This record gives sequence, C-alpha cells and structure tokens, in this order.
Amino acid sequence: MAKSEHELTWKDLEIGCIVTEPGNARQYQTGTWRSQRPTYDFKKCIKCGICQLFCPEGCIGQNKEGLFEADLYYCKGDGICAAECPTRVITMVEEEEK
Amino acid sequence: MENFTVYVPRLIQKKEKFAPGHRACIGCGEVLALKLAFKALGNNVIVVNATGCMEIVASQLPFTSWHLPWIHTLFENTAAVASGIEAAYKAMKRKGRDLPDVKVVAIAGDGGTSDIGLQALSGALERGHNFLYICLDNEAYMNTGIQRSSATPFGAVTTTSPAGKKSIGQFTWKKNMPEIVAAHKIPYVATASPSYPFDLIDKVAKGVATSGPAYVHIYSVCPTGWRCATDIAVKLGRLVVETGIFPLYEVENGKYKMNMELPQLRPVKDYLKLQGRFRHLSDDTINVIQGRVEKEYYELVEKTKDGSKRAKRKSSKDTAKISA
Amino acid sequence: MTTRVGVEVSIAVADAAKMANPDVIAAYPITPQTHIVEHLADLVANGELDAEYIPVESEHSAMSACLGASASGARTFTATASQGLSLMSEVLYVAAGMRLPVVMAVANRALSAPLSIWCDHSDMMSVRDTGWIQIIVENGQQALDNTICAFRIAEDKRVLLPVMVHMDGFNLTHVIEPVIFPEQSEVDRFLPPIQYPLPLNPDKPVAMGGFAPPAIFTEAKWAQEMNLRNSKKVILECWSEFSKQFGRTYSPVEKYHSEGAKVLLLTLGSFGETASVAIDRMRESGKDVGQIRLRLWRPFPFEELRQAVKDADILIILDRDLSPGGPGGVVASEVKAALYHQSKKPKVVSFVGGLGGRDVTEAGFEDIINKGIAIASRGSKHEYEIYGVRE
Repeated sequence: MAKSEHELTWKDLEIGCIVTEPGNARQYQTGTWRSQRPTYDFKKCIKCGICQLFCPEGCIGQNKEGLFEADLYYCKGDGICAAECPTRVITMVEEEEK
Repeated sequence: MENFTVYVPRLIQKKEKFAPGHRACIGCGEVLALKLAFKALGNNVIVVNATGCMEIVASQLPFTSWHLPWIHTLFENTAAVASGIEAAYKAMKRKGRDLPDVKVVAIAGDGGTSDIGLQALSGALERGHNFLYICLDNEAYMNTGIQRSSATPFGAVTTTSPAGKKSIGQFTWKKNMPEIVAAHKIPYVATASPSYPFDLIDKVAKGVATSGPAYVHIYSVCPTGWRCATDIAVKLGRLVVETGIFPLYEVENGKYKMNMELPQLRPVKDYLKLQGRFRHLSDDTINVIQGRVEKEYYELVEKTKDGSKRAKRKSSKDTAKISA
Repeated sequence: MTTRVGVEVSIAVADAAKMANPDVIAAYPITPQTHIVEHLADLVANGELDAEYIPVESEHSAMSACLGASASGARTFTATASQGLSLMSEVLYVAAGMRLPVVMAVANRALSAPLSIWCDHSDMMSVRDTGWIQIIVENGQQALDNTICAFRIAEDKRVLLPVMVHMDGFNLTHVIEPVIFPEQSEVDRFLPPIQYPLPLNPDKPVAMGGFAPPAIFTEAKWAQEMNLRNSKKVILECWSEFSKQFGRTYSPVEKYHSEGAKVLLLTLGSFGETASVAIDRMRESGKDVGQIRLRLWRPFPFEELRQAVKDADILIILDRDLSPGGPGGVVASEVKAALYHQSKKPKVVSFVGGLGGRDVTEAGFEDIINKGIAIASRGSKHEYEIYGVRE
C-alpha cells in the first residue's frame, strides 16, 4: 500500500481489513532497533549457514561470494549468529551514534 | 576441514514464508521456532493463528509478514477455527469446487493452548480433524506482559506469580500438554526445540503428513520474559533438553519414542542460572526441581521402553479370553 | 408444485437451511434450538444434505468453526439460543467485523439468572450491537422464507455480513404450523452459489484478522457501519425478488390496520399474531387501533418506522426484554430515540412483559392497549410499565 496508516481512508480499507499483499511487512525497517551489530571476519567463514538457520529475523543471506551476511535493514542485533557460529566469524560491536 | 557447504543451504528451503520486518523482540526464540517449523511446509497450507506474540508481531494493519493464507480471530478458538476450515475444504472439494489440497496448520502459544484454548483443542482432537496444531511454548502470557500460564515452570517469576516473602514464584508444576494431547490417542504427538532444527523440521513435516490430528509442542525462548541475554536462545534450547527438563520425544499411534539418548542428565542448575526469572531460587528449591525433573524424565523413558512389552502382554491376554 | 404441510417450525427451519445447500454446519445443542440441529444431523446422516456437520464442544466453538468455514468460502449455518448466544458473543463481533457471511437461526430464550428455557427477547437484545443483520420472524412460513433469504442477503457481494434470524423459542420453534415449501429448483434459482471474494486459498494468499492501531480502527469501524447501513437496500431488493418469485412479501415494518389509526401497538416476534386478534376485536368494537410489527431489527428501519407512526397519537410498545436499571424495554428506547427529532410524533408508552415464557393472551393485549391509552393521557412517573407481575 502506498499510503501510510495515517492516510488511509475508510474506503481504502479492504473488506474486513483483509491484507491482500503477502509479506508486505518487508517494508518495515527493524534495523533501527539494534544497539549492537554483527561484524565479520570472513576468512574463517566455512559457508555452513548455521547463522542463517538460527537468525530469528530471517535476514541473513549469502552475498556474491557465497558468504553469509546479515541484512542490516532488518538486523536487530540479538547476537545469536555470533553465539552459534562454529568458527567464530562474527563479533557483535556496539552501534554508535552517528 | 569437512565440506560444510552441503549443510544448511542445501538442506533447508530458502524461501521465507514469514517475512523479515516482523516486530518480534530482539533475540526472540519463538519466532525462530515458527520460522523453522515453516521450513518443513510447502505453500498449500492455511495458517490459523491465536492471539499472542506471533500474531501481533506479524499483523499490524495494514501489513502482514505472512506469505501464506492466514487467519486470526480470537484467543481461545484456534482449534475450532481450524476445524471449520478443514471441514469447509472437505465439503467444498467433495461438492466439486476446484480447490487445491490444503493442510490446515494451527499455531498458538502456551496460554492459548493449555489454558484458554484447551477446550477447543480437545474438541478438535476428539473429532479427528485433519490438521496440525503447533504450540509455541514460551512458558507464560508473554504478549500481554509476562503473566503466568499453566505452562510456566515451577519457581519461575512472572508478573502474576512474583517471588516475594510469601511466594517462590510459580507454585505449580508445568502442565504436561503433550501428555494431555497424547491421551486423546491422536496419531502423532511430538516435542521439539529450535536448537535441534532438523529434528524440529522433521517432526513438523511428519505432523503435516499425518492423516488426522497431529500436535507438535515447541519450546520457545523468550529473553524479554525470562530475563536472559538476547543471544542465548539456541544455547538454552540445548540445555533444556540436556537437563531432561524438556525431553524430545514422539508418540506415534500410541508408541512412545525418545529422540535423544541422554546417558546422564546435566544438572538443572546449568539451565536455571542463565535466566533472571529463576534468580531468586534457593538451593533447596533447585533440588526439588532437580528431583522432579529426574522423576518425570525417567518415567517417560519407561514409557518408551515397555510400550512394546505392554502391547505384547495385552494382546496375549485378549487371545486367552477369546480361546477360553 | 409447491407443497403445504403441517410441520414443526424447527423442522421447517432446518429444511430451509438444507434447501440452501450449506457446506458446513456447526452444531451445539441448547433448548429450544435442539430440533433444528437434530433434524440437520438426520438430513446429513441419510445423505439428503451434503455438508460437513461439525458437532462442536461449545457454542463459542460453533461460531468459531463457522468463521473458519466462511473465511474459506463455504456456505455456513448454525443455530443457537440464549446462553449459547451469550457464550459466542465475542465471536459474533468478530464475524461481523471480519465480514463473514455466516447465517444463524436464534431460538429466542431468556437469559439466566434465574435459569429459564422459555421464550423472551433478552438474548436478542444482548447481541444488538454485534454488527449482524437481524431479522425477526413470527410464524413458520416467515421462518422458512427468511432462512433462505438470509443466505442470499449475507453472501451478496455488496453486503458480506452475517445474518441472524430470530424466532421465539418454543412458542414458535416447537409449534406445528402450515408451511408452504418451495420447490428446490426455485430455491436454486433464487439463491446463487456462494462466491466469497477473498477466501483463504493458497493460490491467492490473504491475511485476515490483523490488528488495527488507533490510526486505523475508526476507519475500519466506519467501513463496517456504512456497509451495515447500505445492506438495507440489498435486504429490500432480496425481499422484493422473493415476493416476485414466491408470492410472499416482507418489509422492515409490517403493518396491520395501522394506516390512519390513532393508537398503534408495536410487537416483535410471535406475540404479533396474538396481538392481531386483540386488534381485530377492538376495531370491531369501534376503537381506532392498529398494529405494526418489526421485521428488520438491524439495520434499524428508521424511515419505515417514522413513516408507519406519523399519523398516530399513541404508540404502545411491548418489549419482551428488560434492560435493568435503564429505560426498561430496549425496543421502546430505540423507538423513542428514532422519533426524538420528529416534529410530529406519537406519545410512546413502554410495556415490558412476556418475560421468561410468560404468556400474554389476546385479552392481555386489549388490557395493555387500554392501559397504554390511559397512561398516554395522564402521564406516568415510571420509565416503563411492567405487565403481569404479581405484587
């Protein structure tokens, strides 16, 4: 939907407020929530994908080199990936005020 | 070094049925459980969701996180709504409507399952509807602010079972929901933990493939409610199994099967000390918990062992009656 | 060839539902609705009705199962009364808010406490604000006809709202009445197959039942309200088509010798036919009395009501319900509100009677009308009059 929730009129709403665009929550940026972010020492990455498996956000994907990396648009910085990575590729660092 | 590239990327479906951009807490183990469960399912699924964390984080209008057909109505009627959908598809297809083969998957939290939703679940199981019910158990009414449910473990602090001079926190033992469901004699019951993802995925797949009612009870870590670090969901999910507090088992057509051999149980203290909700417990209480956990664990192991022996004994008794 | 048979009204209602060819029926028994769900069970069991019959474990689950079935695009029916209606009340709000075209027969029965299995309208009033379309019937023919109409109204794409058909428990559900059964082919012609526009289907995934933050809730409710208001047009259209096809006419406020009468009596439900006898007698003795009967309760028929009473001096209303500590009769308070801004309006006298199955005879109605006329002229210090209480 192009309109924000504050602009929708009663006529814009679908019957029963049904949402017909699957997965449109993707537009919501959860990355602003985090207070720490994952940083990577990719030399150690064995591309096992365990971080992707255990990420509650589902925001870890493979980059061009096939290495697993978090999408910072969504990453909330919980640190599960860092805790579970078998070769300790990931270190969580504090997000700083820019 | 072994070639790990054959691991996760090849074995797990890539497509997310539950989009990122959802509003679950940082480090939420329940949404992790949910996402893993749905890795076991295809697209021909209709999801029925109870009111609760997973429903709220995914459905703030005008958004949805779901890529599957999804319905939420109320808190306690998940199994009843699922029954209606299953019956509707059955009737409509029989009467010639052109519809795909769907499986109904019901998702509810521990409150929506073992408390307010128990009646509807029991009814749906008794009627034998063809659906999978997944209970995502974070051991309290988390979405409303961490109040106790019948799934809250003994001694845990919640806002309605606080610890104080006159209270140790939750004063009853966790309601054994898988056993209650197994007592309905449905074809498939299982417990799962997201820290054993392939086991979880297998069980959900089995549940969906079951003809008739199936139930999977999934342990879900809640860092917000349990007062623990945001990065230990997977670690806790391993500890809870290794201590015997949450055994991984299946009941297939009445036959019990443990999914993990644990020659020795880790002390429950290893699990409890990582969570703020147990911080107040005295050593005495921890010993009580240890004792009870061991008792229940070994009783369960007995069920898995002599299940087959009992079956043989029973059938020979019956044969004796008939021939007499 | 249509057939006219003497049949228990519950059976006629179940048969009407069967003729509509529902896909899913959720059934939980409660007196005095039991004969409806029992007969439907028989019809399914011997293959006369191809539907999934779900014997649920409570009324809350009955309506919840109906929600699921309706959301999947199936034609859905259930029936309940009194306590069952109360138990499912939260689900009723959801059915209307989610725009699911469930059809339900309600065998009106008093609400506990004290426990009563007998007829009154307290259950109907307790679900007044759920957002359902609500039709009230008085006899077996109306019950059959309006059960069929209910499906057509509910499922109309311009409506997509659940519909309740209210009928007096025992007084109507358990009496044997002469009913004309339409031909199945005629019903099929009148009632097109259901085509819910956005059902739960993996081919086109939708998400139903999201939560509305404050920024959206008002718009969501307004959309629902506008839709309920506009459904009146569709209801009138449906009744007009029904009249053309089957020869029986319905309207939101039905009139019995009310044109030009100075004193009017308003009734709901099966009391209406008893009251008509009283009206006849009084008119024979020269009294200028008439009767109006409410057929459509929600959406409330403001225009039709105002038009029907515009020339009357006195409007006497018998409510078969009591809202404690308030204006007494719910219908009377709604009618007063509807007439408040009219420059010319009758004096409204509110009676509450017939609670918990207490009968009001023809003589009783004459008494009510006479008392009402007296109260209208001298005034009363009470908000309403309780009829028939032993003091």
